Amino acid sequence: MDYPILSLITFLPLVGVAFIFFIRGEEQLIQKNIKLVALYTSLFTFALSVYLFLNFDSGSPDLQFVERYSWLSDLNIFYLMGVDGISIFFVLLSTLLVPICILCSWDSIKINVREYMICFLMLETFMLGMFLAQDFLLFYIFFEAVLIPMYIIIGVWGGPNRIYASFKFFLYTLLGSVLMLVALLYIYNVAGTTEIAKLYGLGLSKDVQILLWLAFFASFAVKVPMWPFHTWLPDAHVEAPTAGSVILAGVLLKMGGYGFIRFSIPMLPLATDFFVPFIMTLSVIAIIYTSMVALAQKDMKKLIAYSSVAHMGYVTLGAFSLNIQGLHGAMFQMLSHGIVSAALFLCVGVVYDRLHSRLMERYGGLSNNMPRYAMVFMIFMLASVGLPGTSGFVGEFLVLLGGYQASTMFGLLAGTGLILGAAYMLWLYRQVLFGELVHKDAAAMKDLNLREIIIFVPLVILVFWMGIYPAFFLDPMLPSLENILTLYKNGIL
Amino acid sequence: MENIAQDIAYFVPELFITFFAMVMLLIGVYKKDEEEASSVICALSSFVLIIGFVLLVLTVNRQAVIFNDLFVVDNFSIFLKSLIVIGALVGITMARVDFKGANAWRFEVPVLILLACVGMMIMVSANNFMTLYMGLELQSLSLYVLAAIKRDNEKSTEAGLKYFVLGALSSGLILYGTSLIYGYVGSLGFDEAKIALTAGGVNVGAMVGMVFLLAGIAFKVSAVPFHMWTPDVYEGSSTSITAFFATAPKVAAMGLLMRLLYDPLGSYIEQWQQIIIFISVASMIVGAFAAIWQVNIKRLLAYSSIGHIGYALMALAIGDINALPSLLFYLTVYLVMSFGAFGIIIYLRQDGRALEDINDFSGLYKSQPVIAALMAIFMFSLAGIPPLGGFLAKLYVFNSVVAAGYIWLAVVGVLTSVVSAYYYIRVIKVMYFEDPAQETEVVFEPFLKLIIVLSVIFVVGLILEPAFVSVYANDATYTLFLPTSG
Repeated sequence: MDYPILSLITFLPLVGVAFIFFIRGEEQLIQKNIKLVALYTSLFTFALSVYLFLNFDSGSPDLQFVERYSWLSDLNIFYLMGVDGISIFFVLLSTLLVPICILCSWDSIKINVREYMICFLMLETFMLGMFLAQDFLLFYIFFEAVLIPMYIIIGVWGGPNRIYASFKFFLYTLLGSVLMLVALLYIYNVAGTTEIAKLYGLGLSKDVQILLWLAFFASFAVKVPMWPFHTWLPDAHVEAPTAGSVILAGVLLKMGGYGFIRFSIPMLPLATDFFVPFIMTLSVIAIIYTSMVALAQKDMKKLIAYSSVAHMGYVTLGAFSLNIQGLHGAMFQMLSHGIVSAALFLCVGVVYDRLHSRLMERYGGLSNNMPRYAMVFMIFMLASVGLPGTSGFVGEFLVLLGGYQASTMFGLLAGTGLILGAAYMLWLYRQVLFGELVHKDAAAMKDLNLREIIIFVPLVILVFWMGIYPAFFLDPMLPSLENILTLYKNGIL
Repeated sequence: MENIAQDIAYFVPELFITFFAMVMLLIGVYKKDEEEASSVICALSSFVLIIGFVLLVLTVNRQAVIFNDLFVVDNFSIFLKSLIVIGALVGITMARVDFKGANAWRFEVPVLILLACVGMMIMVSANNFMTLYMGLELQSLSLYVLAAIKRDNEKSTEAGLKYFVLGALSSGLILYGTSLIYGYVGSLGFDEAKIALTAGGVNVGAMVGMVFLLAGIAFKVSAVPFHMWTPDVYEGSSTSITAFFATAPKVAAMGLLMRLLYDPLGSYIEQWQQIIIFISVASMIVGAFAAIWQVNIKRLLAYSSIGHIGYALMALAIGDINALPSLLFYLTVYLVMSFGAFGIIIYLRQDGRALEDINDFSGLYKSQPVIAALMAIFMFSLAGIPPLGGFLAKLYVFNSVVAAGYIWLAVVGVLTSVVSAYYYIRVIKVMYFEDPAQETEVVFEPFLKLIIVLSVIFVVGLILEPAFVSVYANDATYTLFLPTSG
């Protein structure tokens, strides 16, 4: 392909931003046009990324569609974009979720629609740039720039406690990532470049690797988030508007896992080897402890937020099993969680739009008056639990397989998390959808409308697709993941 | 005589500005109507500065030491002088908006800014301790008057007096330090000082002199622990004058410091390095923590400028000449970010009154969405969030700090930048997350608008082509170490 398709995909949303910025006219009309422009831009971006996927050579471990332009010439740093088996699916996930977010805020966002859509499209650019950047500094810029729109989304359109949540989100994640900046600069001064592919196998001593690894860890562990760095997440999720939660759970949490797989493991193998028990322990604590915390929640969004921490525990466990099943599982779990948790937040958003409460006790018996909703919710609930046939099963199974090979004890402990996961999800489902219709206002709620069905249909299809035919997703990742594993193994020899 | 004529050719920009400053004083004295006089003088002085800038650009790549080694012209000084002239130009434009209708408009303001500008230009070109002191005093005396220019305002007078008393003290420190160094070297020239100090090893008397000198200059750049005047003076002066204080004099004093430390005091690197490391770390920490509790936007920006000077000083603290381009880069970006932030503060009015409190900004985005967005960009940039200019500036400085092996210093830098991010995003919080208390209007002023727009283009667009600044910064520091004889 002789045109820069990756940059095109990344910066296309900014074209939409420019359009939205200049839309003028009657108030009602403006709002409608802004929404339409945002939707079309994001759909077009999605179409382009599908086109990219169709042209992607899934048998090759190399970077594809590479773009290299001179950028910080005095520092010998290039603008370098490329896509491989690891990033391609994250690109698809991001471009899929953004139009869904725009659709789901169609009616619920009434104030400052212009700024809202600008924030979402900017966020899309930064997320895509982060997954596509093949230069460490470029990656870092996109990685941290994500904070700006997300801070504003939570702070302006969020719930009553939004200011606290937005500050916590911003400062927590910033603190993590600035330490990575120092590590980045150190590596740059050793290697003389920030091109990711050239930073593998630098032969740093173990002590240096450990310090750098900790700096990376500070950044990625907050993003994942791993226990005990997860406390910003429930606050951010609860206060963010529905679409904010969707994008946060769906894509932003994946930045940490992506970072571990792309940077920590292949770049600092000796330190990775050293820290495996540490990560495993934290992952298992995350799985068991946050599952139990989830059991005690009254707020639906908080429950799903804690379940996210638990599910991301599987991701880190799988990634640091350091075998192909574990890595596969981690990647697949991230994609699956990206779809399922996003969908669960959308499910909460559906009833929140109608009743403006997230408390489980305000609902109950909704299966009577909202059968379609009950159906959709059940599918995602079961996917989250990990029922065979859904995407959740494949991811968790692969992670447990990999984890068990790496360490029997951690594999076993993580397995118990499945039971707890089933407990809180089923409990949530029973509270909200089964039983008597006790509240009159809840009984008066209407079932899913056409717009909401359109939102859910692609997600339902994906959950089953990933559950029934996972090879479609696993095979293109394989060469790149094997590459990562080889780099790691060569590094610890 | 021929020699002097040749030398003067290098001194044209300074002469030109000084001459017209005098002319404008005369115009001001003879014109009866103060309002009319001021607008004429304002337009004229802006014009003079633009011509001065062009004259500066024409001297690029010409190296000379003139007036019997008193004065040095090189790309380093031209780079800094360009920033200073731009700072003065922006200062005059802001002052015009700021004072308009406030019934405090005096024709002396632009004249004083011009004179301060000349003083600063002499500072960065000084090649002799006496030239240095003259430039410094010309600058300082003009600034003292500017701080107190609102004569009937209590806070402004207080600011002027405070600034004068403490400034005089710091000038005294500089003089005393100079005299000690003179006592050891036997000459006031930088070149002679360099030779004598290098040859003689470390001498206690000269070292004490150096410490006094550094303390005096630290006062001028408002580095901790000599920063106490900054918040009060920033708060008391008119906003436009504060904007001028925060930009051009900082650049001039930093430029002076760079030349001083590496040229005459180059052989005392081990001694001054400890001092600079301390004031750099202390400035970063105080700048980050003390601003958290501020409710006045100008005080907040005062502490913010202390913090930024701390980051800039990091590039000096590592004692590595390769870090100097990053320092110049940092100063340039800091200058532009300050223009933008102060420009917006001056641009806004509530009931015909300028905004002072951070809470005055609450809900700004409802009445002025574009201005609020621009202010948010400047705040994120000051906080150093990518992809904005402030991040690039920090990146360059941190990079040279890490390259020199001072990783702990870089860690201190990034941690304090997280703390300072708190108060920058608090301004954004007030503008975006809160409901408006009052309707906010803007003043009509095309030039100020232009300044804000250019600043935002610079801050946002720098990521695309950082070479726009870094090439000149590299070039400027390169000439600093060429032999300048002849």
